[in-house]
Amino acid sequence: MKWEVVIGLEVHVQLNTASKIFSGASTAFGAAPNTQASAVELAFPGVLPVLNRAAVDKAIRLGLALDATINQKNVFARKNYFYPDLPKGYQISQMELPIVEHGKLAIQVGDEEKVIRVTRAHLEEDAGKSLHEDFQGMTGIDLNRAGTPLLEVVSEPDMRSPDEAVAYARTLHTLVTWLGICDGNMQEGSFRVDANVSVRPLGQEAFGTRREIKNLNSFRFLQQAIEYEIQWQIDTLEDGGRVEQATVLFDPDTGETRMMRSKEDAHDYRYFPDPDLLPVRIDSAQIDAIRAEMPELPGQMKARFVAEFGVSGYDAGLLTGSRALAAYFETVARASGQGKLAANWVNGEIAARLNRDGKDIGDCPISAERLSGLVVRIADGTLSSKLAKQVFEALWDSELSADAIIERDGLKQVSDVGAIEKMVLDAIAANPKAVEEFRAGKEKAPNALAGQVLKAPTGKANPAQVQEILKQKLA
Amino acid sequence: MIPAELVPGALRFPVNLPSLSGHYDTMINATLKALSQQLAAKAVSSEELAGLYLNRIAALNPVLNAFITVDGDKTLAEARAADALRAAGQAGPLAGVPIAHKDIFCQQGWKTSCGSKMLDNFISPYDAHAIEQCRAAGLVTLGRTNMDEFAMGSSNENSFYGPVKNPWDLAAIPGGSSGGSAAAVAARLAPVATGTDTGGSIRQPASHCGVTGIKPTYGVVSRYGMVAYASSLDQGGPLAQTAEDCALLLNVMAGFDARDSTSLERTKEDYTRDLNKPLNGLKIGLPREYFAEGLAEDVAGVVDGAIAELKKLGAEVVEISLPNTQLSIPAYYVIAPAEASTNLSRYDGVRYGHRAAEYKDLVDMYEKTRAEGFGAEVKRRIMVGTYVLSHGYYDAYYLKAQKIRRLIANDFKAAFERCDVILGPVAPTAAFNLGEKSGDPVQMYLSDIYTLSVNLAGLPGMSVPAGFAANGRPVGLQIIGNYFAEAKMLNVAHQFQQVTDWHRKAPAL
Repeated sequence: MKWEVVIGLEVHVQLNTASKIFSGASTAFGAAPNTQASAVELAFPGVLPVLNRAAVDKAIRLGLALDATINQKNVFARKNYFYPDLPKGYQISQMELPIVEHGKLAIQVGDEEKVIRVTRAHLEEDAGKSLHEDFQGMTGIDLNRAGTPLLEVVSEPDMRSPDEAVAYARTLHTLVTWLGICDGNMQEGSFRVDANVSVRPLGQEAFGTRREIKNLNSFRFLQQAIEYEIQWQIDTLEDGGRVEQATVLFDPDTGETRMMRSKEDAHDYRYFPDPDLLPVRIDSAQIDAIRAEMPELPGQMKARFVAEFGVSGYDAGLLTGSRALAAYFETVARASGQGKLAANWVNGEIAARLNRDGKDIGDCPISAERLSGLVVRIADGTLSSKLAKQVFEALWDSELSADAIIERDGLKQVSDVGAIEKMVLDAIAANPKAVEEFRAGKEKAPNALAGQVLKAPTGKANPAQVQEILKQKLA
Repeated sequence: MIPAELVPGALRFPVNLPSLSGHYDTMINATLKALSQQLAAKAVSSEELAGLYLNRIAALNPVLNAFITVDGDKTLAEARAADALRAAGQAGPLAGVPIAHKDIFCQQGWKTSCGSKMLDNFISPYDAHAIEQCRAAGLVTLGRTNMDEFAMGSSNENSFYGPVKNPWDLAAIPGGSSGGSAAAVAARLAPVATGTDTGGSIRQPASHCGVTGIKPTYGVVSRYGMVAYASSLDQGGPLAQTAEDCALLLNVMAGFDARDSTSLERTKEDYTRDLNKPLNGLKIGLPREYFAEGLAEDVAGVVDGAIAELKKLGAEVVEISLPNTQLSIPAYYVIAPAEASTNLSRYDGVRYGHRAAEYKDLVDMYEKTRAEGFGAEVKRRIMVGTYVLSHGYYDAYYLKAQKIRRLIANDFKAAFERCDVILGPVAPTAAFNLGEKSGDPVQMYLSDIYTLSVNLAGLPGMSVPAGFAANGRPVGLQIIGNYFAEAKMLNVAHQFQQVTDWHRKAPAL
């Protein structure tokens, strides 16, 4: 049987506010345990939450970027359950009236663009951490993370493959860092993904039963976990079994998912509006002010790069992977007047080199201005692609401009017909055997001779011209 | 009078308290206003006053059980600081006057038990907003008053520390949940006290103990540092002998506080400003439903008498209707337990408070801790609250109760188009006997009929001493005002107290 995969993602985006969502305690990562938990996070008797408006502004930014509805009245609710790292015995979250609803996010998978609907994004506080290691049969509680603002972004089940799910997660990750509302650090848990996965016979309308994979903190794990889960569900169904609704965990060591709790164990969270917090009111002026400060978004920029510089959708998608990268590319493209060539270099050599060195575009040793100097010399024929690579190496390792390197190393391509003729004639004279072989029809093209010309120490001849003049001289 | 030794338990008195034999009776019956004048005139020091009240607490508290915690050394230190301020010419008008705080207000360095075993070992690391305000005014803490556990109760029988006795009749309940505060003021163990009112917890004990108390409009007194019972209903307020004292103390307690999102951002007002206004033309609304079946005849008689006095002062009476009054009981006993059930989840034995001595795992620790730490009424309300918020029941209970709440607020809105204040009884009967209703929670809940709707609507309400029932126990008159009409209500109460002396009567102890 042919199966269709259905995936929806819930992403916890940690908002990068200086203080917590309901108190003035710091949100900085990595402090000694429990040093950033105020009486509010410790849930002392009598303490009360006060909403951090910066978190609201950041949620609005994402809402606008997702072209979503901003609910001008939204409501915090209590989600009740007992756990030692949840000191109040309830999490303050949003249930019936979230701050953001009905958004959409375009993703690029290969050459295809697809729009994923975003159901909602709601504000909530993070819990603390339970540390089960290092305490010999006991559990340590660190409440530093408790009260850190989260925006939970919930998609519709619109994705049909692990690649689409990863593309969506990456695009959302790019967007929240682009907007400056999240530091995007997945190792530190700033961007955590839950994946709801189900399969159904191709052509069937009703969804299959889903299982939710919790807390995936890298794109690789997201991909692996979904792939494993799909195969597990298909195998189970093809073996005549049933998939039961459940929450599962992915074990990166085994590459498998395993059951955490079944539907029967699901909590009754007893949601109700938190009486300590009034409904959040957002006036239109506030939304307009935030809209006015919105940067050009990656999706918009991508479309513009395609239209303005003639690059492919795929390339434009890569170039808009971060604001810094997009700005770098655009500077190169504008300064050189060579959009496609600039895109090839940025997505090619630059990306490969940064990747090899584990660097970010912000650490790139070649400034956009210096790269554009190289691109200009390629476009005007001064540099062959081979020479260009040589100049690129020198650019990477020095502070010089492309022109200075060309000058210093004598890498200028010779395009003067007279000079090339002389080099060709010299080569013919010096290689009678090669000429003979060519004339005897052993070779279709005078490649050996051309190679000699191009290797000649006197200058860097334009290869196309060499071929042409050789053919004339040997004719 | 002075006990020369420490009283056992949580009540600690210094060995050598200053004595004030000369004008004992004058001082012990004096109002906040009078004491502040005596202090200003340097007729008495704050330290002397503190000693006087500590003495009286030491003598009478073993009978009344109005205080959970007394710490004489702390009190005297505060008093000396107030005296020093006064000597330096920096004392505010109320500096040095003693006050008793309900054990629900977190107070730095003081045990804040909320009447519960769960918090019997909890020393608060911080001050509630109301406490900060009292400290800033220079009021001197006499101690922490007894209360129903987590403010859940109408009789003070739900305290882990045992019931408070009514100073007028030791067989009677003092009312609840601010029973310790009301009894302390009535017995002259303190000139003024703080209280909180979620469904009548200031007004009903004030009525039963013959003192004056006001629950302000929801949001006037910050809830920051007030241990939460039902967040959308809880409101702090003063208890005192007179309306004027209530106004003076409310001036201290009220005020915007950014740490409470439901605190109202309003200009600070002087609640004494209208005390002396004549009542000519005042329109008094009498809700038909408050004088119907269920109201004891002697209580009705006291209320009628008070209305007659106010008419003599120029007030006019109109009959009004609050048709949804009966629904306030079911609505309240859904909403308050719902909120309480989650507010009390934090008492889990993990970070502070009681923790069971032995347990086999986490869930066992939770269960034993909470089973041991909470009393029966608290458990009952947690269970009711958990039930009404459960999946599938939420709409039928919680949502419906919220709709009723709106209807009740609308009743008042319509009524205040026809009158300036609403008058009626505080409770259907005078204080009942200890043990009389403790076995029957529903009977207990029904006695809250006249007070609950004020909290559900968020309105201000007060109780003013107006006479005595057939059995000699005090009866209060309830005054209900429109939102932010505290000054008007205090005006009515003050004018009433100018022509009556019910508030001057003190129990013989």
